Amino acid sequence: MTTPSTESPMTDQSDQPVRILVAKPGLDGHDRGAKVMARAFRDAGFEVIYTGLFQTPEMIANAALQEDVDVVGLSILSGAHMSLFPAIMTALANVGRADALVIAGGTIPAADVTKLKELGVAEIFGPGTRLQDAIEFVRQHTGAMSEAARDAS
Amino acid sequence: MRRRHSAEEEADGVLGGEIGAVARAITAIENDLPAGHHVLNRVFPHTGTAHMIGITGPPGAGKSTLVNELIRSYRAGGAKVAVLAIDPSSPLTGGATLGDRIRMLEWHNEPDVFVRSMASRRFGGGLAQHTLTVAHIFDAAGFDPIFIETVGTGQDEVGIASLAHSTVVVQVPGLGDGVQTLKAGALEIGDIIVVSKGDRPDAQALARDLRRLQTLHDREDSPDDRWNPPIVMTSAIEQTGFDKLSAAIRSHKEWLQQSGTWEVRVRTMLATEISSRVQRDLMRRIQSQSVNQDAAINAVLARQMSPLAAADRLLESLSNR
Repeated sequence: MTTPSTESPMTDQSDQPVRILVAKPGLDGHDRGAKVMARAFRDAGFEVIYTGLFQTPEMIANAALQEDVDVVGLSILSGAHMSLFPAIMTALANVGRADALVIAGGTIPAADVTKLKELGVAEIFGPGTRLQDAIEFVRQHTGAMSEAARDAS
Repeated sequence: MRRRHSAEEEADGVLGGEIGAVARAITAIENDLPAGHHVLNRVFPHTGTAHMIGITGPPGAGKSTLVNELIRSYRAGGAKVAVLAIDPSSPLTGGATLGDRIRMLEWHNEPDVFVRSMASRRFGGGLAQHTLTVAHIFDAAGFDPIFIETVGTGQDEVGIASLAHSTVVVQVPGLGDGVQTLKAGALEIGDIIVVSKGDRPDAQALARDLRRLQTLHDREDSPDDRWNPPIVMTSAIEQTGFDKLSAAIRSHKEWLQQSGTWEVRVRTMLATEISSRVQRDLMRRIQSQSVNQDAAINAVLARQMSPLAAADRLLESLSNR
């Protein structure tokens, strides 16, 4: 019986990369932000499942389920976040993935941020966010080692 | 926090075709977690029937689009279809952009279509370390066929042929002249050759070059029951060729079974899976003795030892343990 050796130096966090879905819900053709984030997450060592434009809440939930992602990253610039995000949170719960860390970015007014966080969206990254801030947020909330900690080990 | 499931629960979930259980089992296997081994041990006796179909070819050749069309064809017959779509991991950061699913989104609400993206995690050869092992999970969950889409490949990535019953090699026009079709390597492993993007003007020329090569082959004395890889031209734009392709894949499966080649291939597949695992574990054991490895590298750097002698020494240190 093979049991993976835990003392092997290879069996560290790099064996369990963060898996993150990057999707754009709804009717919104502006995918520059989503692509920039997908690339930034890739460069941070994450495995990014990029499903791109025009995603329905069910598409996002089913992808999160099948791909077994740790994180769902949503980018929205259409202004429809207050109708789409609650539907996405419900869809995730319906497929048994209410545990996924949901983060969002795009043009979301400050007044809506509190409401979305009450729904369970972990963090909203607005325009001007530093890539590193979003990356570190994901690392901290998924238990992945930060770059500094990895370099030190 | 995610609920923890026992190995029994997870194995039952996989055998019952529960999507969440299948998804978690795949992650556990990919990450080489004990939970993955436990689930596999329990479900493995229930595997061995699914048709594993490898799809390989250059980046952007249309592999994912082709798989999407094949899903349609197999779904029409009521099959439960799984796709394992592999994309490359960064050699620098280990990160990956997995972008094959985007071509297959129309099946997103179909419980009998399971698309899983997988990073190669620097395994090489257009594959991931745990490719076939993950496919066993799909098999146990009742998916048949299982498509394994490789990383975009070139001339030499032939590993998929040892991990699938049937291999579809996708070629595209515009990548070179007829000499390319003479070369050894990837073209030889195709049980079925697809000329993708058949709507392009130079597609006919590519198909002709491939066919000429094949007729040359046909003239040689060979047993009557040999499989002659068909060349199928497809076009997603014109929606042509996909019925012919899925028919070709089905006849290949029939031929495998009737000729007794199926059993031969299964043996090769499992042997490859085992030896790839053994190789990986041996490498890890050597790497875990980093003192020895560093000393060997230093000796080679100082030109006191040749690279081959250093390799011998590392292997010896392993057996002396």
